[in-house]
Amino acid sequence: MAQNSIVKPIQLIVIGGSAGSLDVILKLMPALAPSLPVAILIVTHRKASSEDLLVDLLNSRGSWPVREAEEKEPVAPHAIYVAPSDYHLLIEKDFTFSLDVSEKVNYSRPSIDITFESAAEVYGEGLVAILLSGANADGVAGMKRVRSNGGTCVVQDPSTAEVSYMPAQAIEQGLAHHILPAEEMAAFINGLFTNDKNQ
Amino acid sequence: MEFEIQDDEIELLLQDLQERYGYDFTDYSKASLKRRINRLYSLDKFPSFALFRKQIQTDSIYFRRFVEEITVNVTEMFRDPSFYRILREEVLPVLATHPFIRIWHAGCSTGEEVYSMAILLREAGLLKKSLLYATDINPGVLERLKKGIFPLRFIKQYSENYIQSGGKDDFSRYYTAKYDWAKFDEQLTAKMVVATHNLVSDRSFNEFQLIFCRNVLIYFDRNLQNRALQLFDDSLDTLGFLALGAKENLKYSTIFRKYKQLENKERIWRKIA
Repeated sequence: MAQNSIVKPIQLIVIGGSAGSLDVILKLMPALAPSLPVAILIVTHRKASSEDLLVDLLNSRGSWPVREAEEKEPVAPHAIYVAPSDYHLLIEKDFTFSLDVSEKVNYSRPSIDITFESAAEVYGEGLVAILLSGANADGVAGMKRVRSNGGTCVVQDPSTAEVSYMPAQAIEQGLAHHILPAEEMAAFINGLFTNDKNQ
Repeated sequence: MEFEIQDDEIELLLQDLQERYGYDFTDYSKASLKRRINRLYSLDKFPSFALFRKQIQTDSIYFRRFVEEITVNVTEMFRDPSFYRILREEVLPVLATHPFIRIWHAGCSTGEEVYSMAILLREAGLLKKSLLYATDINPGVLERLKKGIFPLRFIKQYSENYIQSGGKDDFSRYYTAKYDWAKFDEQLTAKMVVATHNLVSDRSFNEFQLIFCRNVLIYFDRNLQNRALQLFDDSLDTLGFLALGAKENLKYSTIFRKYKQLENKERIWRKIA
């Protein structure tokens, strides 16, 4: 389509999810191609606790290194980062993480909206935002910004979501470039980095 | 939320704050700052950036609101109960050996953490010989701290945190509930020394055995983090303790070598040199 412009490579994938999203993420892990040149950031709603087992759980599921995003840490490719519970996660212009304990947004901290918005500002077209199963509208406003900044929006097919409200909201607002069932998420991500993707 | 105010406009505001009021936010983490400024701009329904800027420049009362809103003032009592458990079990016994205990809560906001610490000291029988210095950049939050009145709707959570932190008493003995508010025991407030202090520009003002600065450094860039940590180092006795937020770390700082983290996962370091 845009024949004269150089397509900016995808640099960051942010996956946002709430109730019912953990299962989708756990299935995604082992199906990811082993070394994609991209960073993946996972933002999920869960109970605030210092005993957070999500990182360990994800590490047991695939070959990608998974770790909690640390404040001021540079975003590196071929790594999966998890937003710590009870903090909002933002990304700075110099591609480092920032944490913030300000008020909850959509009753949530981390808020998917905040991370989507902040990543959209920094990565523009180089961002893919994926919104999974969930029971509130967090992520929808953020997706709007991802879209207006040129990023790609992927939404889980609500009929395959344990809780359909969150993805259904994003679709209703016309934000989804792609609507995918849970089991096709990994293939979609892998496909972003194969050479024949330009149809 | 659409970001109406862009980076170059934020630079202008930061310059104004510095020139007009002597407040320097230029080394704050930009992503959070930008979001907070845009949030306030839309909350207060300004029709244009020019009017927003003018209001901050010319109205010192609005300037106070601006600073209070762009800095994050979210805090709670006994936040991270396991952290308070370690304070109880490992730090208080050391403090107890001093004839007089001085503690600094830097960037304490409305003071929930200061009250939590005062309760720990009281339960250890140490409150009488202690002073808790509570400082923040915002005078408004410190006024609330001095009143010791907190919304009753949060008390259930605080009380659960208190029990998880190893609290053995009935939490309700520390406050009197009236309407929607809980007023904390004035004997706790009486041990607090309250003053404004700006970690960016103000200096060390005393020596302490324990300094808290939790969830403040995350808003600073690395350079400003190091300056603030140097200030704490200058203000801490040898063998004193430095307590940071759950996701903050001394690991990357210039003072790292002088400190040793306690033998647990909590973010408490001891000054060893």
